[in-house]
Amino acid sequence: MTYKKADAIAAISTPQGVGGCALVRMTGKDAITVADRFFKNFRKVLPSDMQGYTSAYGDIIDIDGNKVDSVVLTVFREPYSYTGENTVEISCHGGLFVTREVLRSCLDYGCTPAGPGEFTKRAFLNGKMTLNQAESVLDIIDAGSKAELKIANILRSGRTSEYVEKIRENLVNILGRLSVWADYPDDDVPEIDHESLADELHILYDEMQHAYKTYDYGKKIKHGIPTVIAGRPNVGKSTLFNLLVGEKRSIVTDIAGTTRDVVEEHVQIGDISLKLWDTAGIRETSDEVEKIGVEIAYNKLDEAQLVLFLLDSSAPVEISDELVEKLKDKTVIAVLNKSDLNSDVNKDEIKKLTDYIVSISAKEKTGIDELEALLKQLYFDNEISPQNGWIANERQRDCLVSAMNCVQSAIEETEKGEFLDIVTVILDEALDYLLKLTGEKVTDSVVDEVFSKFCVGK
Amino acid sequence: MNYNMGEYDVIVVGGGHAGVEASLAAARLGCKTVMFTIMLDQISNMPCNPSIGGTAKGHLVREIDALGGEMGIAADACFIQSRMLNRGKGPAVYSLRVQADRVKYHNYMKKVCESEPNLDIKQAEVAEITTENGKITGIITKLGAVYKAKAVIIATGTYLKGKIHIGEVNYESGPDSALPSTLLSKSLIEHGVELRRFKTGTPCRVHKRSINFDVLERQDGDEDIVPFSFDTKREGLKNQVSCYISYTNVNTHNIIKSNLDRSPMYSGKIEGVGPRYCPSIEDKVVRFSDKPRHQLFIEPMGLETDEYYLQGMSSSLPEDVQLAFLKTIKGLEHVEIMRPAYAIEYDCVNPITLFPTLEHKKISGLYGAGQFNGSSGYEEAAAQGLVAGINAALKVQGREQVVLSRSNSYIGTLIDDLVTKGCSDPYRMMTSRSEYRLILRQDNADFRLMPTGHEIGLVSDERYNKMIEKYNNVEKEINRLEKTNIAPSEELNKLLESRGTSAMTTGCKLADLIRRPQLNYAVLKDFDTERPDYPVEVGEQAEIQIKYKGYIEKQNVHIEQMRKLEAKILPQNFDYNEVKGLRLEAIEKLNKHQPCNIGMASRISGVSPSDVSVLLVWLMQKNASGEV
Repeated sequence: MTYKKADAIAAISTPQGVGGCALVRMTGKDAITVADRFFKNFRKVLPSDMQGYTSAYGDIIDIDGNKVDSVVLTVFREPYSYTGENTVEISCHGGLFVTREVLRSCLDYGCTPAGPGEFTKRAFLNGKMTLNQAESVLDIIDAGSKAELKIANILRSGRTSEYVEKIRENLVNILGRLSVWADYPDDDVPEIDHESLADELHILYDEMQHAYKTYDYGKKIKHGIPTVIAGRPNVGKSTLFNLLVGEKRSIVTDIAGTTRDVVEEHVQIGDISLKLWDTAGIRETSDEVEKIGVEIAYNKLDEAQLVLFLLDSSAPVEISDELVEKLKDKTVIAVLNKSDLNSDVNKDEIKKLTDYIVSISAKEKTGIDELEALLKQLYFDNEISPQNGWIANERQRDCLVSAMNCVQSAIEETEKGEFLDIVTVILDEALDYLLKLTGEKVTDSVVDEVFSKFCVGK
Repeated sequence: MNYNMGEYDVIVVGGGHAGVEASLAAARLGCKTVMFTIMLDQISNMPCNPSIGGTAKGHLVREIDALGGEMGIAADACFIQSRMLNRGKGPAVYSLRVQADRVKYHNYMKKVCESEPNLDIKQAEVAEITTENGKITGIITKLGAVYKAKAVIIATGTYLKGKIHIGEVNYESGPDSALPSTLLSKSLIEHGVELRRFKTGTPCRVHKRSINFDVLERQDGDEDIVPFSFDTKREGLKNQVSCYISYTNVNTHNIIKSNLDRSPMYSGKIEGVGPRYCPSIEDKVVRFSDKPRHQLFIEPMGLETDEYYLQGMSSSLPEDVQLAFLKTIKGLEHVEIMRPAYAIEYDCVNPITLFPTLEHKKISGLYGAGQFNGSSGYEEAAAQGLVAGINAALKVQGREQVVLSRSNSYIGTLIDDLVTKGCSDPYRMMTSRSEYRLILRQDNADFRLMPTGHEIGLVSDERYNKMIEKYNNVEKEINRLEKTNIAPSEELNKLLESRGTSAMTTGCKLADLIRRPQLNYAVLKDFDTERPDYPVEVGEQAEIQIKYKGYIEKQNVHIEQMRKLEAKILPQNFDYNEVKGLRLEAIEKLNKHQPCNIGMASRISGVSPSDVSVLLVWLMQKNASGEV
């Protein structure tokens, strides 16, 4: 079930990771009705029935029906709140996951993630602050938007944004055809029928769902980033695995091909949790059991988002095209092992696979700090607090979900046989969301598409 | 020697589609108006397609009509074939298009202008504008005649420093071999008006007797003809001609390709920026080289002439090449060219230097309209002419000027696009340019804009009341359809099944049936026994409003949000470096565009949502402290 966008914004308003309590705040005309949707307590009190300045104890239930946390919820009625609008404050248990899950519920039930300084901005615009406080409001917006810009740039360089870019291209392509079909009825342009349009939209929706999965940072944090340690046999994968896990789980020998099935372990590196798999070395083998191990290793590669590709820096490196193809959708870190030995590794060859390279010695336990630093940089830019990064990401996720909802309803209208002018307008909205997500301005992209792809006009 | 020749409220420079609407509007609003044209015989000339309307352009004509303009009435009087395009694609994109008799249209409009008591018409080339303290004071003609005025509207079309290119040859000229306006550009530049150069083109005209119609695909008009104007009765309208379709082929393309070196476009002789939506045939062949054929329409220029227009074949190749490639086309094997195709370059203004009223930001009382503002097309021109004429008159009379918005019209969208975003090539209206197109339909232009036209004074009480009555009936009819029950019957279910929708088992409201995509108001007539006898438009309107209700409501929410931002007025000639917290790119863009309000600012590329937040807070702070 998806909820329509409500007139309310939400954000975590306490610094994260400190103290035992955290505060999630929603404000806006519909803030209290949104709270009705996910706040449950044994006295069956709805936030809507609560007076201003009163609190209630109860549970937050997420969109899948699971309990997130036991919280104290306080209602403020307009104009008697910080922003001057209806406001709900949720005091929950501090900690990374819980707080984010509470915020996630606010968003899933219809809130929009707050923009930089938006609470303060609203307070100001609603006359809750004096004029000389306005300067500080501008400062907050300024600082917030600079931080966001930075994060957006980081996210833009990731894999997900490549997916989104592709989706945007496909959507613009569909809209371009719809537009040229409507705007140039006399020209020699392709006809559009409901059936094939619906098919195309289904494909588009599937692509969006695929991108959405990679977007889901929250889940990534909770369940760990699926990570595979891969590489040729006996480069020291199990040594690295054990090093990261901190205990001997994999059998380490000098005989290549020792690890034949998959060993799985959760590893916490600062804020980042990895779901780490040690796999069999990838090589041609005649050993039947090992063959199965190699096959499983390949399958695990499919599931992984992050690949620690271990290379022996003392041996010549050869990266097959097959491997490059196999790993093209993953974040890959090339880990050069045994840096204690002579290093004459061909970095150009590695560049075929990834730009991220660290050198470690699994045996001597050196280089692990660099690996951790790189991981942090990749998943949470180290200059920016994880909370900001996550929220910017959350706003993007919100855009993607909204765009998906639009495409979904476009599919429904198309399959119902509605006129395509309606469908086109719904898809326009989907494109608006996608452009917002990639940080682009609503542009004339569809009109540009028409004239670059179609030969129309007198 | 200069000499005084008179004083006017409003001067209109140009007698094309923009100039005529501007002149008529100003005169009808009671302003003493004069229209200058380089040649009287070119008033409302159609130097390109002999056609009015089309996708999005048909919307513009309806809107011009609703506001009290002339184009729709003239098109109804002079059309020789009419078609409603896009039937089956949804009411938002239905578009009316007619073939018009070019000479008759010119004569008709000239007569309308001549009959307007407050309007003088003069044949002269305007050479200079005159100003005093940043205010327009009048114009001077090439002969030295000085005319004073409180407002001047520039609607010079492709005449302004016009230059025609045909193959290796080029010469100074207006469209259709009229004299160009050679002097005014210099004066405008001296007064600080930012000009640039655009280009457009037109195909050749050929003799009817040289076309083999037997082998061509024929296209006829609609059986049920819908007029443009609110005032035109549907009865008695008839089609008098057909159009024809043919295609280019490999031979055509080969001739074009092997002669590209003789095209001024490819040799670099043309500096103006051409329209993307109106490519020449050589452009099409080069840019879309994988297309085995390109379509062309063969359209009559009028009833009293044997000239035919070849839509789709605009070119600036030499005359001999034009003849050679046309002869490769089926049906045109023996073609006789009467007028060759040509490209034309002209001067125009950068529209971001204009307010949404179409008044120049730096020179008070100077207005621009039509191709001068960077647009293209008769309808786009007429729409701007009407707005410029209305606003010039309102300004002279000390009344508040009118700004049409994106949310109430295509005209508002057209003007907002031009003055807010600017244009890098001649601008054509398209339905996809309007984000509110489910509301801005051609069928309800009267409802959307007649109140404005009435308030301004261009729409009579009688006309206005007729519109109100129409929509009262629409509302009554919607209420009746929403309330009236219909029971399932064998015959009704037969109809439902024949149209591919499920049969009924229990009763429902008539409106519920109309909401089904497979059904409409008309097909249910026999089952709707109580149906009152309204004019066709009423039923159509009720049907569209019932079917689109949810989407109309949704768009209205967006419109409301945008209106709030547009109500927040920004200062003019302002240095945005003074606003703390704006990003550098935003400061640059805002300084250049000087948007009138926050809504406009939000549409400028380079201004982000957080810049908009900063502007909102800053504006409120300023307003509260009384500085703005």
